[in-house]
Amino acid sequence: MQLDVRLPMGMMFVIIGVILSLYGLITWSDAEMYQRSLGYNVNLWWGLFLAAFGAAMLLLARRAAIRAKRDAATPQTP
Amino acid sequence: MPHLSIALAPVDYLILAVYFVFVLGIGWALRRYMKTSSDFFLSGRAIPAWICGLAFISANLGAQEVIGMAASGAKYGIMTSHFYWVGAIPAMVFVGIFMMPFYYGSKARSVPEYLKLRFDEKTRAFNAISFAVMTVFSSGISMHALARLLEQILGFPYDLCIAVSALIVLAYIFLGGLTSAIYNEVLQFFMIVFGFVPLVWLGLESVGGWDALVAKLNTVAASPANPAGRVFAEGAWTQSWAHMTSPDANPMGVEWFGMVMGLGFVLSFGYWCTDFLVVQRAMAADSMSAARRTPLIAAVPKMLFPALVILPGMIAIAMHHELGDFLPKDENGATDFNMTVPVMLARFCPSGLLGVGITALMASFMSGMAGNVTAFNTVWTYDLYQSYIRPGQPDRHYLRMGHIITVIGILISVACAYVAREFNNIMDMLQLVFGFVNAPLFATFLLGMFWRRATGHGAFFGLLAGTGAAALHHGLTLPAGATVGVKGGWLVGGHVLHTYPVDMAQNFWAAIFAWTGCFVVTIAVSLATRRNKTDDELRGLVYSLTPRIKEHGVPWYLQPALLGTVVLAAAVVLNLIFW
Repeated sequence: MQLDVRLPMGMMFVIIGVILSLYGLITWSDAEMYQRSLGYNVNLWWGLFLAAFGAAMLLLARRAAIRAKRDAATPQTP
Repeated sequence: MPHLSIALAPVDYLILAVYFVFVLGIGWALRRYMKTSSDFFLSGRAIPAWICGLAFISANLGAQEVIGMAASGAKYGIMTSHFYWVGAIPAMVFVGIFMMPFYYGSKARSVPEYLKLRFDEKTRAFNAISFAVMTVFSSGISMHALARLLEQILGFPYDLCIAVSALIVLAYIFLGGLTSAIYNEVLQFFMIVFGFVPLVWLGLESVGGWDALVAKLNTVAASPANPAGRVFAEGAWTQSWAHMTSPDANPMGVEWFGMVMGLGFVLSFGYWCTDFLVVQRAMAADSMSAARRTPLIAAVPKMLFPALVILPGMIAIAMHHELGDFLPKDENGATDFNMTVPVMLARFCPSGLLGVGITALMASFMSGMAGNVTAFNTVWTYDLYQSYIRPGQPDRHYLRMGHIITVIGILISVACAYVAREFNNIMDMLQLVFGFVNAPLFATFLLGMFWRRATGHGAFFGLLAGTGAAALHHGLTLPAGATVGVKGGWLVGGHVLHTYPVDMAQNFWAAIFAWTGCFVVTIAVSLATRRNKTDDELRGLVYSLTPRIKEHGVPWYLQPALLGTVVLAAAVVLNLIFW
């Protein structure tokens, strides 16, 4: 495979997750805004989840890359 | 009249921008792998099953799905889940286990090409032309729906929305071909899921959980002010099967036979098993086993989607009924159910999460549109250009054609979007005609794959007959309260043979007639004509002439038959839970 799709996907969700949770921290005291989400700071929690998902994708992609390298390095025995 | 307008904060734009950068970045990163036409149109048949599987549903997860299913959830309640648990899932299992061996194994590069190998040139041409026209129109309608929605809720200029969405989709397909479309569909799949999960969770939390929602929807069912305007028994909005004994007992206006045969059998199998838009994703898989697993993997998230796309509609109608003006009215003063998702976004998402939700909405429109564009450029280049216009050119020539037709296809789509904006009726009529052409297709494939005696003439005239039967049925029937014209009844000066309670029932029955017409005529004409393909030529194309596939080296838990059984069992359980 040419490009592991988990790489860009992981990066994107890490970035979006970090933006979202940072925004959640900054707006922590804005109770009026979070009335919409029933008082939960959804930005912080969902941001953390998205970042974790992205990180997991990156980890999987990295593991696959390491395995592919190892397979390529060991000569194939017929 | 409450008009919905949502204001985006800078953080929302930032999230949207990050998404766009990655969508384009994927196309850019893939551009150097596009060396042959096979790379561009078929992803070089090198994509792992799980990626194909997610792309398989994502390509279908366009505007109609996200906006339309939420609207149906509000109008018809949980009966909308029949589109999933009766419609999509069995058809996806069928295409994976029984049909993929012929699609993938025949090395056909498209669905019309399979028809050529199995039947003849004219059957392929009929299918290729109608499919090509239909896909560019669909992508135009998708674009129009997105632009109008963004114009309505965010106040973005219509032209700008069209230009931006067209350019982005163009760029990433032009650069990275089908691989780029598939990778982006995977990205879009997760974006849509992650955009909708918090929305549904907050919505459910705010009405007080599932049991409270059921209680609220019971009062909706008992009120003559509900979307159907009639009183129903308790549970009409929250029980999927219990009210299907008669069309009058449920808001959808269909009885179980019409639903199971029309939707479950004809329409769903017709779409999931023969539409190149989705089948193309499985054909890009890296092995036969992966191709067969593609729809089965796709079926797993697909059967959970009702929670994401139908539930918001059910929550919205409960709130609408309680508050009186939760959903806005359209220009005719009727409740605008298509605004369900935007209204829910506006109600429950603070800035930040709102950006994720709007991005998810855009992702769904783009995945639907890109799916159409990639299917169109492949059918055009392989089935029309290479077959009838310029055959026998070097591969480089067709790769170049692929690039050119991607641009042209998107330009036509843009034109269609503007036509849809100005003349809504033309689009309704076109979709109607496409419906006539599509409905009988599954009969042709079924006979083609499982009956070696079916001939080219049989298939072609069967298709014509099925299309004719659908048109005839439409011309002689009408949904209650509709005026003669695009809705039906146009054949004999407004004289109508049968009146359906709602247009949904009319659609289901039109499909049943089309399928039956095609099935009967294909058999009759096939028996009356000589076979145009020998057993040898049909090897790998017809069930009885193809050696059974042995899945070597595939662990038992990945065997398609086992996966398919598990998926079907799960769908049965879901039906029982919400019976």
